[in-house]
Amino acid sequence: MMETPAKETPSKPGDVLDAFARRHRFRALEVLPWLVAAASYFIFPDYLALGAQILATIVFALSVDLILGYAGIVTLGHAAFFGAGAYTAGILAANGWGEPISGLLAAAAVAAVLGGATGAIILRTTGLTLLMQTLVIATMLLELANKAGQWTGGADGLQGMQVWPIFGAFRFDLFGKTAFLYCFAVLLICWLIVRAIVYSPFGRSLTGIRDNVKRMHAIGSPVNRRLLIAYTISASLAGISGALIAQTTQFVGLGVLSLERSGTVLIMLIIGGVGQLYGAFIGVPLYMIAQDRFATIDPVYWYFWIGLFMIFMVVFARGGVLGAIERVKLWYRASDGARK
Amino acid sequence: MSALDLETQGLHKNFGALIVASNIDFRLEHGARHALIGPNGDGKTTFVNLVTGALRPSAGRILLGGQDITHQPQAARVKRGLVRTYQINALFRRLSVLENVTLAIPEREGIAGNFFRPAGHYRAAIAEAYALLESLGLADEALRPVNELAYGRQRLTEIAVSLGLKPKVLLLDEPAAGVPSGETGAIIDMIERLPADIALLIIEHDMDLVFRLARRITVLVQGSVQLEGPPNEIAANEQVRQVYLGERAHA
Amino acid sequence: MDVSLDNFLSSAISIAFHGLAQAMVLYLISVGLSITMGLMGFVNLAHGAFAMAGGYAMTTLMNRYDVPFVFAVAAAVAVGVIIGLVLERLLYRRLYGGDELDQVLMTIGLIFVTVGAATYFWGPVAQPMRPPAALSGQLEFASRQFPVYRTFLICCGAVLVTALWLGLERTRFGAQVRAAVDNNRMAQAIGINTSQLFAITFTLGSGLAALGGALGADLLAIKTDYALENLVYFLIVVAVGGLGSIRGPFVAAVLVGTADTAFKYTAPEFGAFFIYALTMVLLLWRPNGLFGRA
Repeated sequence: MMETPAKETPSKPGDVLDAFARRHRFRALEVLPWLVAAASYFIFPDYLALGAQILATIVFALSVDLILGYAGIVTLGHAAFFGAGAYTAGILAANGWGEPISGLLAAAAVAAVLGGATGAIILRTTGLTLLMQTLVIATMLLELANKAGQWTGGADGLQGMQVWPIFGAFRFDLFGKTAFLYCFAVLLICWLIVRAIVYSPFGRSLTGIRDNVKRMHAIGSPVNRRLLIAYTISASLAGISGALIAQTTQFVGLGVLSLERSGTVLIMLIIGGVGQLYGAFIGVPLYMIAQDRFATIDPVYWYFWIGLFMIFMVVFARGGVLGAIERVKLWYRASDGARK
Repeated sequence: MSALDLETQGLHKNFGALIVASNIDFRLEHGARHALIGPNGDGKTTFVNLVTGALRPSAGRILLGGQDITHQPQAARVKRGLVRTYQINALFRRLSVLENVTLAIPEREGIAGNFFRPAGHYRAAIAEAYALLESLGLADEALRPVNELAYGRQRLTEIAVSLGLKPKVLLLDEPAAGVPSGETGAIIDMIERLPADIALLIIEHDMDLVFRLARRITVLVQGSVQLEGPPNEIAANEQVRQVYLGERAHA
Repeated sequence: MDVSLDNFLSSAISIAFHGLAQAMVLYLISVGLSITMGLMGFVNLAHGAFAMAGGYAMTTLMNRYDVPFVFAVAAAVAVGVIIGLVLERLLYRRLYGGDELDQVLMTIGLIFVTVGAATYFWGPVAQPMRPPAALSGQLEFASRQFPVYRTFLICCGAVLVTALWLGLERTRFGAQVRAAVDNNRMAQAIGINTSQLFAITFTLGSGLAALGGALGADLLAIKTDYALENLVYFLIVVAVGGLGSIRGPFVAAVLVGTADTAFKYTAPEFGAFFIYALTMVLLLWRPNGLFGRA
């Protein structure tokens, strides 16, 4: 979506410059996911709770896309930030402060601090070692949460969350209406932030880091600083996602910090397509709706089928849904050119 | 103020018993057109790696414009105007030609870290990048991904990226390497048109290129400076002729 | 005072034996992973699945079909070898030299498949493991009690690391493996068939993992999420030990096994937290592992 060359080679330099400088402009197609979400609110009134979960998880997937799809850092421990956000919001709400917006901001702050601190330590490493460190950090937090029962509820989960109405007026109702709209609004804001970052010079430099980090150093880019900033922002977004889940379900279990959580968000992103901004919007709903449907048919074997699907995808269909769309576009353009 | 843009004093690098750079004293004057020649694998690229900061020296000093940069990281040296190209293209392959250069220019200008404005807002940088591509004849391919270009054109892009950084000292590591002979003209042309106030060091094997472009030549053999002087002295030197006659016989 | 010294020694022995036994199990399972990762640079997160397969094979044969211990263990190894060979040919070789993300995702997918398959065939309950009579109980020595099976595990581990080390250092095959770990392209250039080498090494590694899973079924419970739950430990041993090494994972496994047991015994409120913290510190100090290449 970002690097699509112009349809014909422009003859005038002005055209080239314009095309290049306007990449960040909103395209009509970008309204589509929001229309779909808005439509869902009216068409599927019984599924708003699931819808809210989906919207919140898209924020999580966006946070991973920023660090994985744009900066090229493979992480198996992003649940650490998700969980940190969830527990922050949860512990606040369970201990007398149930105001959702401030809880959300607190979660974002805690996750950001955690991201910045851990990032500063581990981002100098690469490859397997970095992967290990992300995994170890998340596992450490999980262990901590497990043992710090009086705060987190341990293996039983955090009980007694009381989330207050938003702005004092919008109560979290049983049908999930408030939850859905709350998550919709937060996702919109987070998405605008991520989108702005991705199209900014900072975001472009992340793409450079992902493509050829050696050359980034050689053009004078402070690579480690950029990565740390990206990682911190990503962690903060993940924390926001965790807080949303916590606040809308009024429960936090150890699963928010699990390897499974870190792994499934990767899967969701891959299904949609990595590094193309919209992979999250496609992959998350597909995965979660499929899982929801599957839960009614055959809950135990979900892992089997999704695992098989993953293997199939990696071997045969890299690039996810968006990648497949790109390939179709290229094929169409090629056959179009052949016909001329 | 020093008339020496780049200088190394006793630059030395060893990996255990293996010495890859042996006490190198090197001087690059302001506006120099200097070539570094020598047998393959004898330390020319290592020298560039040491000077640019990709490799840490075991001993010695490196001075840029009279300032000691021996312990500065690579990115800091680039900010001071020390720029290199790579023997094997090190480009952002999935990005377009124009994008490759527009990654470099904002770094130079210090705006690459901004995330509040879209990249497209910085029109001046984009225009400058495009003008650079035009001067190198790459304008028609500006929006194509680098990995779709012919190798010679990629090589030009490699040089374009380094020029976008407005270097004071430019180190070109075998700029014509791997380029089909029909395409080397553009590269030679570009080198000849470089601003006179840039200090240029070229590593090359192609002797025709060297003698055409260089006003001064350093011969590096097994990591140490064998000889240094103007082209006619180097060409007349018996040792050099042996080394290169030997090489030519295999070429 | 004599009594408390006595108790302390008993505890110390208990911790040491449990820790070392756990270390041996971890080593058996992880050494294959270390070599294959060092050899092909392939991030194989699903390695624990081979251990799990061996564990399920052995416990099923012993519990349901009363197969004697030795044969059950041999069968477990065979299962690991066969599955390893099949998966390497079918799946893994497609992703050699590929994107790290692809490898992570494919192997995560594989883990999930094993979770599902194990649930289907065996259900969610952990498979009990009863060591054979000859290896059960306690051994009397110098008026102290030593657990027999744990001692057996420790001996197995010691024998194995010696055999592997000799194999790597003294055989031609081992020399080829070392060459290819050191510099894959150069090894190919001098005529070593690295693809075949990897297939053999991978299969051996899977067989060893299955052995470890089977023998260690007592310590690392055989259940459906085995591959997922123990993944961190296997990766810690490999990362801290260093890729492509025989000795590295051994030292790391001993470190992890004994430290983990000791911490859990002396400070159970923190559980495995200290191990993870220790791992982080070690990896920061030596990013390539204790015995890895720089």
